[in-house]
Amino acid sequence: MSKKTYATAIRDVIAEEMRRDENVFVMGEDIELLGGIFGCTRDLYKEFGTDRIRNTPISEAAMIGAGVGAACAGMRPIVELMYMDFTLVAADQIINQAAKTRYIFGGKAKIPLVIRGQQGIGRGNAATHSQSLETIFMHFPGIKVACPSNAADAAGLLRTAIRDDNPVMFFEHKALYASKFEVPDDPDFCVPFGKAEIKRTGKDVTIVGSLLYVSRALEAAAELEKIGIDAEVIDPRTMVPFDMDTIIESVKKTGKLVVVHEAHKVAGWGAEVVSEVVDGAFKYLDAAPIHLGAKACPLPFNIELENAVVPSVQQIVEAAKKVCYR
Amino acid sequence: MISKERKFWIYEIMNKIRYFELKALRLFEENKLRGSVHLYAGEEAVAAAVCSQLTDDDYITSTHRGHGHCIAKGAELDKAMAELMGKETGYCKGRSGSMHIADFTKGNLGANAIVGGGIPIATGAALAAKLQKNDKVAVSFFGDGASNEGTFHESLNLAAVWKLPIIFVCENNGFGISVPVAQSTSVENISDRAVGYGIPGVTVDGNDVFAVYEAFETAVKRAKAGDGPTLIECKTYRTLGHWTGDPQTYRDKKDVEMWRDTKDPIQLFKKRLVDAGDFTVAELDQVEEAAKEEADAAAEFAINSPNPDPADVMADVFYEA
Repeated sequence: MSKKTYATAIRDVIAEEMRRDENVFVMGEDIELLGGIFGCTRDLYKEFGTDRIRNTPISEAAMIGAGVGAACAGMRPIVELMYMDFTLVAADQIINQAAKTRYIFGGKAKIPLVIRGQQGIGRGNAATHSQSLETIFMHFPGIKVACPSNAADAAGLLRTAIRDDNPVMFFEHKALYASKFEVPDDPDFCVPFGKAEIKRTGKDVTIVGSLLYVSRALEAAAELEKIGIDAEVIDPRTMVPFDMDTIIESVKKTGKLVVVHEAHKVAGWGAEVVSEVVDGAFKYLDAAPIHLGAKACPLPFNIELENAVVPSVQQIVEAAKKVCYR
Repeated sequence: MISKERKFWIYEIMNKIRYFELKALRLFEENKLRGSVHLYAGEEAVAAAVCSQLTDDDYITSTHRGHGHCIAKGAELDKAMAELMGKETGYCKGRSGSMHIADFTKGNLGANAIVGGGIPIATGAALAAKLQKNDKVAVSFFGDGASNEGTFHESLNLAAVWKLPIIFVCENNGFGISVPVAQSTSVENISDRAVGYGIPGVTVDGNDVFAVYEAFETAVKRAKAGDGPTLIECKTYRTLGHWTGDPQTYRDKKDVEMWRDTKDPIQLFKKRLVDAGDFTVAELDQVEEAAKEEADAAAEFAINSPNPDPADVMADVFYEA
């Protein structure tokens, strides 16, 4: 194990996978000399050259489309987007091309493509550079969606993503890049997709959160412990495939559910979790589940306003108390 | 110079495309075929002249009007027709119909139902060829309408700065559905746009096999030499509707008749072949007859093929090892 930042863990996995497989290459904006604005490709051009650590023009549709084409032709491209908000500029190439190519060609195509980058609050990047978009890409069949909440998961999930023969959207969180975590040194360390992690076991209430909201849910759990509520915290880790079974099993034990995410609450993935839990564990529920998410408001610049839009630790605590009738 | 053997291949492919399209139109009119079907009749010279210079290792991406490119890139008529009819035996097992025929074994990375959608994908295939240091080239076929899409601009710029082995082949058939090119497009010749990317742009008569062939030959040499892309605009004309049910109220019937009767690419090519003494009329008529029979047989195959099983509808969303 080595203690690494989330950004370094990502960088190391990219380097290891590029050493392992010459078909892996990265293209993105400012990834050569600058190493990406968050340092996820820092200095990699020195080892791999600028053919494989390849700066692109600011052309997201062409970058992602070229990723699809290169993947069809036997490469394993990683496309780095500076902000995952820019997926929206290239939505057709992701949703109509990458996601559907295999199916519409009758199963003949393999698209080993990773589209990765960061999203979320925390740096005052305002409305078009702070969104949480994992929910919208869960809606379209044909792409896998990963959301690592710590450096070890970032490493293990990214390695799985690069080795997967399907398109993967890999959502990093800008507020997590500097966070440190013990990461296994094994160059084959993979975190499987579709396996949630129980971050804290508890018997009174199940709290589901991802990305930044794993640490926030754990903070809430620590607060709840002080008043005698024992919370179980679950990180789904991948949104597609989604490990609903672990959550349903947990709710069967606790009888209560709070789902929290930074993505907008309206039609957010928490609603899907509530729906599935109601289907799968209705008779075990002791209270109506609570779903927390960002208000239906663009992400504002001012930090106090930004914090007012997304769920707070206190709101998670209150929600857990409410489902526990406290 | 096109070899005699290759001229024969081109003539054969053009006829296969023509009779495939006419058969598809007939099946649509008989309600045996549904969905969006965009026919390529009248534009055959482009697909045939271009693909005659490609091998199965080279890549193409095609368009919603893609049957011609797919056939020229090696698609078998029976599997193609079966796909148009949504059958299990079709290229995409009935998942796609007319607009997504693909055959990766032949380098066909797919027709694409989104206008301009395939341009960056072909660009990526060319990038793969460059990174793998093989001698492959990629061809992106697209129409006049796609040259107004953002992907056109992004891809031509990207391919130019990376000097990718790709040829952008624009089929300017005069209309984006009902809108004439002059109403939608800021330049008289779409090839003029090449200047903006610092690459060669050339406009040719898209109904003249020899003109398309020569322009493409030059572009392939440039691509393989590592000098980057070329934009070739092939001016042609869609002699049938945009889709099989198009009432065509937006154009003068006389124009259509003029193109069909005096500028038909197959008839023009046939005359050149006969005049040059390459083949006799009888020899070429035999090719035409064989193409017609092949299209008829493809329709029979498609009609008699089973529908896909709805129980398998979820298969192939993801690749599973």
